[in-house]
Amino acid sequence: MAITEQDVQASEDAPSVNYLNNGYGLKSWLLTKDHKRIAVLYIISISIFFALGGLFASLVRFELMTPEGDLMSSDTYNKVFSMHGIIMVFFFLVPSIPATIGNFLVPIMVGAKDLAFPRINLLSWYVYVVAGILGTIAVVGGGVDTGWTFYTPYSSTYSNSNVILAAMAAFMAGFSSILTGLNFVVTIHTMRAPGMTWFRLPLFVWSHYATSIIMLLGTPVIAITLVLLMLERGFGFGFFDPNLGGDPVLFQHLFWFYSHPAVYIMILPSMGVMSEMVAAVARKRVFGYEFVAFSSVAIAILGFLVWGHHMFVSSQSTYAGMVFSIITFLVAVPSAIKTFNWTATLYKGSIVYDTSMFYVYGYLGLFLVGGLTGLFLSSMGLDIHLHDTYFVVAHFHYIMVGGQVMGYLGGMHFWWPKITGKMFPDICGKISALLVFLGFNFTFFPQFILGYMGMPRRYHVYPEEFQILNVASSLGASLLALGYLVPGVYLTWSIFKGPKAPDNPWGAKGLEWETTSPPPTFNFEETPVVTEEAYQYGQIEEH
Amino acid sequence: MADHALHHDHPHGLAHQFEDMPQQKESAVIGMWSFLITEILFFGGFFATYLIYRSYYPEAFFEGSSHLDIPMGAFNTIVLIVSSLTMAMAVHKSHEGNKRGILVYLTLTGILGLTFLVVKYFEYSAKIEYGLVPGLAWHPHGENSPQLALFYSLYFGMTGMHALHMIIGIGLLIWVFVKAAQGTYTAEYNAPVEIFGLYWHFVDIVWIFLFPLLYLLGTQGGGH
Repeated sequence: MAITEQDVQASEDAPSVNYLNNGYGLKSWLLTKDHKRIAVLYIISISIFFALGGLFASLVRFELMTPEGDLMSSDTYNKVFSMHGIIMVFFFLVPSIPATIGNFLVPIMVGAKDLAFPRINLLSWYVYVVAGILGTIAVVGGGVDTGWTFYTPYSSTYSNSNVILAAMAAFMAGFSSILTGLNFVVTIHTMRAPGMTWFRLPLFVWSHYATSIIMLLGTPVIAITLVLLMLERGFGFGFFDPNLGGDPVLFQHLFWFYSHPAVYIMILPSMGVMSEMVAAVARKRVFGYEFVAFSSVAIAILGFLVWGHHMFVSSQSTYAGMVFSIITFLVAVPSAIKTFNWTATLYKGSIVYDTSMFYVYGYLGLFLVGGLTGLFLSSMGLDIHLHDTYFVVAHFHYIMVGGQVMGYLGGMHFWWPKITGKMFPDICGKISALLVFLGFNFTFFPQFILGYMGMPRRYHVYPEEFQILNVASSLGASLLALGYLVPGVYLTWSIFKGPKAPDNPWGAKGLEWETTSPPPTFNFEETPVVTEEAYQYGQIEEH
Repeated sequence: MADHALHHDHPHGLAHQFEDMPQQKESAVIGMWSFLITEILFFGGFFATYLIYRSYYPEAFFEGSSHLDIPMGAFNTIVLIVSSLTMAMAVHKSHEGNKRGILVYLTLTGILGLTFLVVKYFEYSAKIEYGLVPGLAWHPHGENSPQLALFYSLYFGMTGMHALHMIIGIGLLIWVFVKAAQGTYTAEYNAPVEIFGLYWHFVDIVWIFLFPLLYLLGTQGGGH
């Protein structure tokens, strides 16, 4: 990393050695066991995949500008949306917050020197990189056309693209997230500083604990599912082929047993980010701390019991569907607890109008719409009309992009001074939050209407009356892309030219704000002793 | 570089991120148990698939099972149970810091593990010879040939995945053996032996479930 001489001189009050300037060579980064450096490695690598996935999304939106399929053939279009989904889900969304902000903060927040298994942490990054390379080879070598879900028989009998390679890439990416989850679970259990009881943990740690449970229990099932798929493709075993006695719907059951909980891997971490940021912008303890903590665990548990709602129309019995439908409705309860409690935290808070606040408000709005439209889809009758339409596409983008990506960007801004030791211009942060919020709504709100009118997902030729809304969506996507590009520019600028960050620029509570910016290699000069609950904003000194 | 500055009385085998040996050991054990939970879910996908197809096609599964070699499977079961005993002895010796004891029992465990794989090799060869490998060498042409193939797909999938875990286990065993030979493990620092033991027992237990489900099924109910 580029840290100039002036920076080092300017920081005479801080300890001169921090995790960034403790060794400069490439080797000191690629062989590091420091969770903070590994987090930075992850930030760089997932940003590359975010850009790649975004490129495919742009191609999709370009193609959908006109009702005819004039930009690409149907086969190419199949590959483009499949690659968008596979890259975004497995290489960006799943590792997005846990492997970056989580990796950086979980040990610091519990008051530890590092994660329990630093070498396994580094291994998880390498596994991720190898998975990413395999995925890239699959893209360059002709792509995959199965959709991100790898449904059989698209991925077995009727596919002639790089399914095995892409499945292998997803399998390995899953392995990397198991290693991350394992590290978090052990660290949170055994490495808490003296006085850091479970109910003094920041809610960010609680939500990462819940996420890790899903990573440990869910990911192996997608792994075995992909193994079965590869055996079917590679050796002609007939696990999912009706001609050979197999059942293609079994694939859907196994796939969603992981992939529905995986949706919560893609939202719970951002909920943790929001809890921290809400408390900081409202200068208040999070309302109903215990409820917010347990709602994370409740989401993790309930998340394992709802997979059947993806199969309301694929030969599942009505009675099974009813049970899955009811449990799916139940997920709304812990989600609503969180949303209400964040709102209640803002009530009578001393709201700070900074970038973090913009992201918090944006997140609350988008997650609200995403969550409520989930209730439409969990009702069996309505789902028959909305199944596999753009309504579904809009719904899960509100959760995954409106939720997780908003949380990721918000969190990156909130902890940027801690991670890099530099400040970004607040006005730029506000503009980016606004651009993302507006661009996102322009992109995806029209898709709710399109879906309700009956436009199916994964088709690139559509009736002319759908064009206006599709054009609106594509224009919104350009705004959204700008919203993602702008932070990339000024955050990078701040690394080189930004003013030096104080230890606690936002006047926030939490162990991470008590150490220096950026933190020393072992996080704290001395192991901290915790004497109070989280978010005691009543006693904060102004900076 | 700060590595050494921070720790004055550095106990043997204590990694920098931990405060003391009990914390390190607890972390290692919880970590291995968490990993084994993921393994249960991983094999769970196989077992679920097996149970579903067994309930779809009981006849074909009974028939497929009756072609498996029960004496060889039973022999391997005994081999693995004994290897669990020797592994437990190795862990016990590691608590005493008894280097020679660890090495002797690890050697025995390794030999038993290899024995298992050799027997498995002969079983697989026989299946290839009789044309019972779906997709590669498949000879049955009867009415229920596809369903029979499904049984053998699961047989090769499940035992193959188990054998892969055995091979990884033997690799880890060699690593633990070398470390033990170098005198790394003491009465205070022996977590690697212990958590490797957990892994080894887990792989054995998977076989304890595979043996009746795959081999003994044909002796029950409607076999031919």
